[in-house]
Amino acid sequence: MKRLWSWAALVIGALYFLLPLIGTIEFSLRMRRGAYSLDAYRSVLADPAFRATFGYSVMMALLTIVLGVVLVVPTAYWVRLRLPRLRPVIEFVTLLPLVIPAIVVVFGYIRLYNTSSILPLTGTAGGTNILLLCGYATLALPYMYRAVDTGLSTMDVRSLTEAAQSLGAGWVRIIGRLILPNVLGAVMSGAFLSFAIVIGEFTMAALLNRPAFGPYMQLLGANRAYEPAALAVIAFAVTWGCMGVMQLISRLAGVRKTAT
Amino acid sequence: MKTGWNWLGVMPFFAFAALFLILPTMNIVIGAFQNSEGGFTLANLQGLTAPRIVDSFAISIKVSLASAILGCLIGFAMAAAVVMGGLPGWIKAPLMTFSGVASNFAGVPLAFAFIATLGRVGLVTMLLKQWFGINIYAMGFNLLSFWGLTLTYLFFQIPLMILIITPALEGLKREWREAAEVLGASTSQYWRMVALPILFPSLLGTFALLFANSFGAVATAYALTGSSLSIVPIMLFAQIRGDVLQDPHLGYAMAFGMILVTGLANLAYVIMRTRAERWMR
Repeated sequence: MKRLWSWAALVIGALYFLLPLIGTIEFSLRMRRGAYSLDAYRSVLADPAFRATFGYSVMMALLTIVLGVVLVVPTAYWVRLRLPRLRPVIEFVTLLPLVIPAIVVVFGYIRLYNTSSILPLTGTAGGTNILLLCGYATLALPYMYRAVDTGLSTMDVRSLTEAAQSLGAGWVRIIGRLILPNVLGAVMSGAFLSFAIVIGEFTMAALLNRPAFGPYMQLLGANRAYEPAALAVIAFAVTWGCMGVMQLISRLAGVRKTAT
Repeated sequence: MKTGWNWLGVMPFFAFAALFLILPTMNIVIGAFQNSEGGFTLANLQGLTAPRIVDSFAISIKVSLASAILGCLIGFAMAAAVVMGGLPGWIKAPLMTFSGVASNFAGVPLAFAFIATLGRVGLVTMLLKQWFGINIYAMGFNLLSFWGLTLTYLFFQIPLMILIITPALEGLKREWREAAEVLGASTSQYWRMVALPILFPSLLGTFALLFANSFGAVATAYALTGSSLSIVPIMLFAQIRGDVLQDPHLGYAMAFGMILVTGLANLAYVIMRTRAERWMR
């Protein structure tokens, strides 16, 4: 009896999740009248705007990861080593992006960095790109920090640092050659999550008027019938790929940890 | 001197957080309390009581409540089925993986997926018409409505619930159930008097988190409904783009209202989580 209810809950849930996926795939194949075809995908992939915006967002996602790593790894390391009292404060700050909606943060950017301010970042395309990049880095901050901090908690930061110092290594070398390789698994899982978030991000890119993938998808959705479904399938595949790789990494890291 | 050098190491982080997170937010909050000459005023907050703004907050809160309540119930049912429902053990890993993916599958593509499924010519809409003769649109259903939006939000709400509540369910110690059984408790008594009181903070906390999660969502709603459903984030989006309220400071007040709602919800989550952790040692 109990098992019957369990199966019922699971099957109904699974139906709710599978139907939209099946519906999207089916819809994306319907472009040619009377027969299933890949026309919608062909049309999307041939669109120069698709390539430009997708390329832009991939680039932004990669830069976000780099900025996130440069910002988070030394900070999390330093706080564990020298300023443990500061940890709750840092943790609080890294959780703020989950509390303050992205639309409010970007609203603040537009007001704070407009053309008549001290730092007129929104005045030029390059400046706005930097602003968007920093916005994405704040969005990724909670995930990146938590991943790296968990990674650091599995090693003895103090002893490793002292050992490296007694061998004559400087700070840059310690962080780059010792800490980073040790938390690489954690960094990677944070990186793939950041990638999945940034690649389809809409709000910030749209309000800062940057030619990113999210606003492109929205525009296509307002004007076309079948291409959006194809885009949704592609976006889902990208998300799935990112999360899949992430889980694989954490599983491999777990295996290595139990092996040693 | 020594501590001074130590502080230097975290300066880049705090400088970044100040420039791109805290100062921009403060700027909006301060703007909410300023008039156009820069003086202090509460008039903007009073402006929030205008009917169209009250309506937008009301519908936003309704959508968030509905999707959070349903997300909690359905997610809990699915997690409980997998953890303690006697299902084969291999189901858990794929369910968790899928939840990880689906909870991050929000935004514009999610809206497309639901348009392709439950839109006017979507797969499910068509199949219901062809197989059972049910025309859901003739019956008053509309994807671009309160229920349509709620149904769409559930696609990331349920998985988030599953991800958070599964560890809590697994944390229920077998001894507690055995102790209850030894004392002659029935299954329903065990749930009512032992398991649910222990889980209650987790449930309430996750509920608050789900609420904040859907309250701040912009992209899904915008791609789904355009501007036909005026929930708060959509109205704020239009305001930032083109000052539709014709009063910039009213826009700041609206953003401030948004922070207030998500802030309170997150505070509830944090408080409830510390309570829940008491039992998880």
